Amino acid sequence: MAPDAVVAAAIALHADRPGGLLPLLHEVQDRFGYVPPHCVPIIAQAMRLSVAEVHGVIGFYHHFRRSPPGRHVLRICLAEACQSMGSRQLLEHARKLTGTDLHGTSADGALTLEPVYCLGNCACSPAVMLDRELVGRVDAQRLASIVERCRSRA
Amino acid sequence: MTTRVFVSRDSCAVSVGADLVALAVACEALRRGQDVEIVRTGSRGLLWLEPLVEVQTRDGRVAYGPVQAQDVPDLFASDFLHGGRHCLAQGLTEQIPYLARQQRRTFARVGIIDPLRLDEYLQHGGYAGLRQALAMGSAVAVQTLVESGLRGRGGAAFSAGTKWQTVLEQQSATKYVVCNADEGDSGTFSDRMIMEGDPFVLVEGMTIAGISVGASQGYIYLRSEYPYAEATLARAIETARCAGYLGADVLGSGRRFDLELRRGAGAYICGEETSLLESLEGKRGMVRFRPPLPAVQGLFGKPTVVNNVVTLASVPTIFAHGAQAYRDFGLERSRGTLPFQLAGNILRGGLVEVAFGLTLRELLYEFGGGSASGRPIRAAQVGGPLGAYVPESQFDTVLDYEAFAAMGAMIGHGGIVAFDDTVDLAQMARFAMEFCAIESCGKCTPCRIGSTRAVEVIDRIRAQQDVAANVALLRDLCETMTAGSLCALGGMAPAPVLSVLKHFPQDFGLVPASTTT
Repeated sequence: MAPDAVVAAAIALHADRPGGLLPLLHEVQDRFGYVPPHCVPIIAQAMRLSVAEVHGVIGFYHHFRRSPPGRHVLRICLAEACQSMGSRQLLEHARKLTGTDLHGTSADGALTLEPVYCLGNCACSPAVMLDRELVGRVDAQRLASIVERCRSRA
Repeated sequence: MTTRVFVSRDSCAVSVGADLVALAVACEALRRGQDVEIVRTGSRGLLWLEPLVEVQTRDGRVAYGPVQAQDVPDLFASDFLHGGRHCLAQGLTEQIPYLARQQRRTFARVGIIDPLRLDEYLQHGGYAGLRQALAMGSAVAVQTLVESGLRGRGGAAFSAGTKWQTVLEQQSATKYVVCNADEGDSGTFSDRMIMEGDPFVLVEGMTIAGISVGASQGYIYLRSEYPYAEATLARAIETARCAGYLGADVLGSGRRFDLELRRGAGAYICGEETSLLESLEGKRGMVRFRPPLPAVQGLFGKPTVVNNVVTLASVPTIFAHGAQAYRDFGLERSRGTLPFQLAGNILRGGLVEVAFGLTLRELLYEFGGGSASGRPIRAAQVGGPLGAYVPESQFDTVLDYEAFAAMGAMIGHGGIVAFDDTVDLAQMARFAMEFCAIESCGKCTPCRIGSTRAVEVIDRIRAQQDVAANVALLRDLCETMTAGSLCALGGMAPAPVLSVLKHFPQDFGLVPASTTT
């Protein structure tokens, strides 16, 4: 589906629902990986909101992105339980493996690195989430294989 | 004869290989021509044993764990389908001390049934509570909840009955029930385990709430970090609707109640109920001033019950077995059971549902088995990122809401994160304020600016710059945030910091003062 058709379909689905802006933005981001900036005025008009209000909502939530991520998103849990099991060191390792910092994307475009504060897997810390797949008891070796998997996949 | 084998579909189990194990069991059974039915359940909560594989035998379910896919051929060779001996064998699941010592009420079905099968839910006592509530009528139903003594399990521990009563009393044609499933506290996963392991109990609890207070629409606000729970809940809601448990005519009663699942977007503050309501309305999750209370003017300005997942999931058992049966558990003003969650640097992490009254030491050592690293446990953070770091000298405190409040700590949502003696608690104190700065909604000044300033002050103390003056400044800042913030994020972010200053001053490079008690 063409990008504008996706946005039109999302608007048709959600614009008239009470509090429909978040579901609408999710629908768009689920398809594109981010909320393309040129869609914002279209969404604002459909929701009878100002462009600033829609930008305000997108900017408030950590989940929404304004630019495309890498082919995969690796989120490393940095909350307390995972810290108690070495997630800070794991993050250092991830930085070296990917050559990028938090909120950055590796040069080959394979992987975007993001922090997350709790994945609800606190008894199997440290935990990470690759796209929508949860991985627990992550050590340096497991992390390396995850990064390798992202690189080899198109 | 078909042998039933149980492998959890809980995301925690899946995160350490349960899907591969289930597949390996299916393949190996096929290869050996053995008749096996694999049932994907929720998790028993013995999370250090995940992936846990259970086999139905004449004597009960026998457990093996933690199993990896490569162990499966060996399990078959050891005749595990008949409970055969193996180095991963844990005996009868129900007799594993960790589980045997618990009082599973809210989690009675989790790990036992296939969470997506309504028929299994019904066979295990499901929807008995709703039938009772429908027979009672609104006023009696609300009174039942009041008498149970149930307090909100999300963290604030406010009387759930009082909340329902307030909503019931409001004159409004439109009311809502909102489930707070934005379980953002580190060290907590009981909401997630319910939603993935027994979703119908939440659907039933919300339906009872709706029938009781006169609301016809409910929303579940689920955090975006829980995609597995989202998939399970979506299917459960659809199944309940198709079977007549949700919709225009709940169980032929003529009462309407329906549910919608909404996804959050990665904002910790949306676990605060007024911020959650703003988010549900499609706005930035900015905290609201109170009053008016959400029970009076909540979602879209209408009277709204906002309860946490475990709170709502505790409701069906209260209605099925009576308020008194629930009250009989616990002590003083902390009634019933609480699902504690053992997490972090702990040997046997998992879910422990017990009546109030155990001590932290019993949980950490008798259940948890000490640290995962084998080093001494130096501190436990109780109640999430806004909870105090509790030192070893206070591990004998009884776990009830008042006892913890009395020592400047809180039980919150029941999450307990253990740290061994390698932890730098000054760094953790800094993190508490850093986290507050990242997650602050920005509405009130003490939280928005105070958290950032606190990080800077802590950095100066850790660098040993003008220590006495900066410690005084930090305490002053903490006081301002505690007293002046609009909600619990800014109001309680100082708690972990102050607990470190009090109990672990050496981590800040300070000499422990004999006057601090």
